[in-house]
Amino acid sequence: MSATRYTVRVTEAEAVTPHVRRLRLEPADGAALPPASAGAHTVVTLEANGRTLRNSYSLTAPSLAGGAYEIAVLRSPTSRGGSRFVHERLREGDTLSVSAPVNLFPLHRLARHHVLVAGGIGITPIAAMAEELSRLGASYELHYAVRSEAAGAFCRDLEARHASRMRLYSSERQERLRVREIVPHQPLGSHLYVCGPQRMIDAVFADARAAGWPEANLHAERFEAPAGGDPFAVRLARSGKSTTVGEHESLLEAIERIGVEAPYLCRGGACGECICDVIEADGELDHRDHFLSPEERRAGDKIMICMSRLKGRELVLDL
Amino acid sequence: MSEITSRPIWGKLDPADQASAHLVCAEGHGIEAVVAAFAGRDGLLSRATVVHVAPVGAARPAGLGGAAYHRHPSRATALTAFRAHLARAKMGTQVHLAGSEAFLDEASAVAVACGIVGDGLTTELSGPATRRVQCVHCKGMMDEVAVTPFACSHCGINLTVRDHYSRRLGAFMGVCADAEAPGVLPAASRF
Ligand code: FES
Repeated sequence: MSATRYTVRVTEAEAVTPHVRRLRLEPADGAALPPASAGAHTVVTLEANGRTLRNSYSLTAPSLAGGAYEIAVLRSPTSRGGSRFVHERLREGDTLSVSAPVNLFPLHRLARHHVLVAGGIGITPIAAMAEELSRLGASYELHYAVRSEAAGAFCRDLEARHASRMRLYSSERQERLRVREIVPHQPLGSHLYVCGPQRMIDAVFADARAAGWPEANLHAERFEAPAGGDPFAVRLARSGKSTTVGEHESLLEAIERIGVEAPYLCRGGACGECICDVIEADGELDHRDHFLSPEERRAGDKIMICMSRLKGRELVLDL
Repeated sequence: MSEITSRPIWGKLDPADQASAHLVCAEGHGIEAVVAAFAGRDGLLSRATVVHVAPVGAARPAGLGGAAYHRHPSRATALTAFRAHLARAKMGTQVHLAGSEAFLDEASAVAVACGIVGDGLTTELSGPATRRVQCVHCKGMMDEVAVTPFACSHCGINLTVRDHYSRRLGAFMGVCADAEAPGVLPAASRF
């Protein structure tokens, strides 16, 4: 994807919780940023310790007003260095490069009612959706599950903004989000949106399906940042280039590093855009996406290069 | 002139076992598709509401088991009732529509406007495959048009029937088929 990139300056960097840092990004060169819709994400290029990382972050509610993008980054102990870089190195005044927003998690405009469910940092797209629905005067409710009120990003702001339409569940206070009690009484034509850990998404969908909700009314943002793994070699058959995928690097990032453009949208194993034909695999494919079916995984001739890796020596791709 | 090739695909009625209720709206013979789709599924019928466009005095169709059955003399009154049922229904209710193309076009627009899409809605075309057509040139209306292109019975122009149904006029649009090269017509096809 020959995506247009925008250079932005970090104009605000604030710890909203001990583990979440909010960044406000404004155009560095005066060029306007494309407008963002609720649920959209941007791909941020981070030059961390001499490596180029590209991570997707949901645009948070203030991005809808235009003029700037805001993201909220959770410090992840398992990250490859991107979130640590944002938390420890990035300062106000630094510049970054971001992609135009892509929306793989849009609101269903004709829904009669919207049920929004967020767990932890999954609040980032969900809060933007709630903001947009509130501005539109649409019917919605917001359920937000956090470990504790101190650890949950934006709890107080959201409660002030969404008041009686919002419920906060803090596991510290023994409050459990029970989707089974929420889904049965919604008016026909409701749509449900969930963003959070995979376990939460699975549980929410299972409860909704059990109450007879059709698939078409269930929406989730599944993507997560790629995790690292052991290094392996990759050879690109069509372009005749090869390299080694580093421990903290994704296959897609390694391919971009040697100057080959591969398609992508989410960089989180959800959209299917980066699917690639495997020509040869000396080792075992380590599928980490949410896109390929179990049968496709077993067939072993396709790989989602934004998330998945090889456990072995060399991978040959049709690129 | 560009030809519209994408006809709406109406599919088959497909009631899901896990749905907590079923809301059916059918016109005329469309009810036969409903009876066929629910045959042997009394459990589903006991949770079903059927809104049917049928003449006053017509008997309740056989094969609807324990379903709540409401007959309406016209499409307009049936769709008003259908809207009221939609407004009261809860998530988990699956919607099913059966009837002519014009009926499906109108009724599915009502459902979609209410946020019901994809597997929440099943549809089936039934009855004769003819269309009510208005000639956009002379505004003449023609019933039971079975093929396209055809000559307007009012002004004689050769008309291609568009796939878009105008709810305002209750008809499909017929537009000049040979404006660029008079007399050169695409092969006729039946609806
Ligand atoms: S870019 Fe979306 S699945 Fe890889």
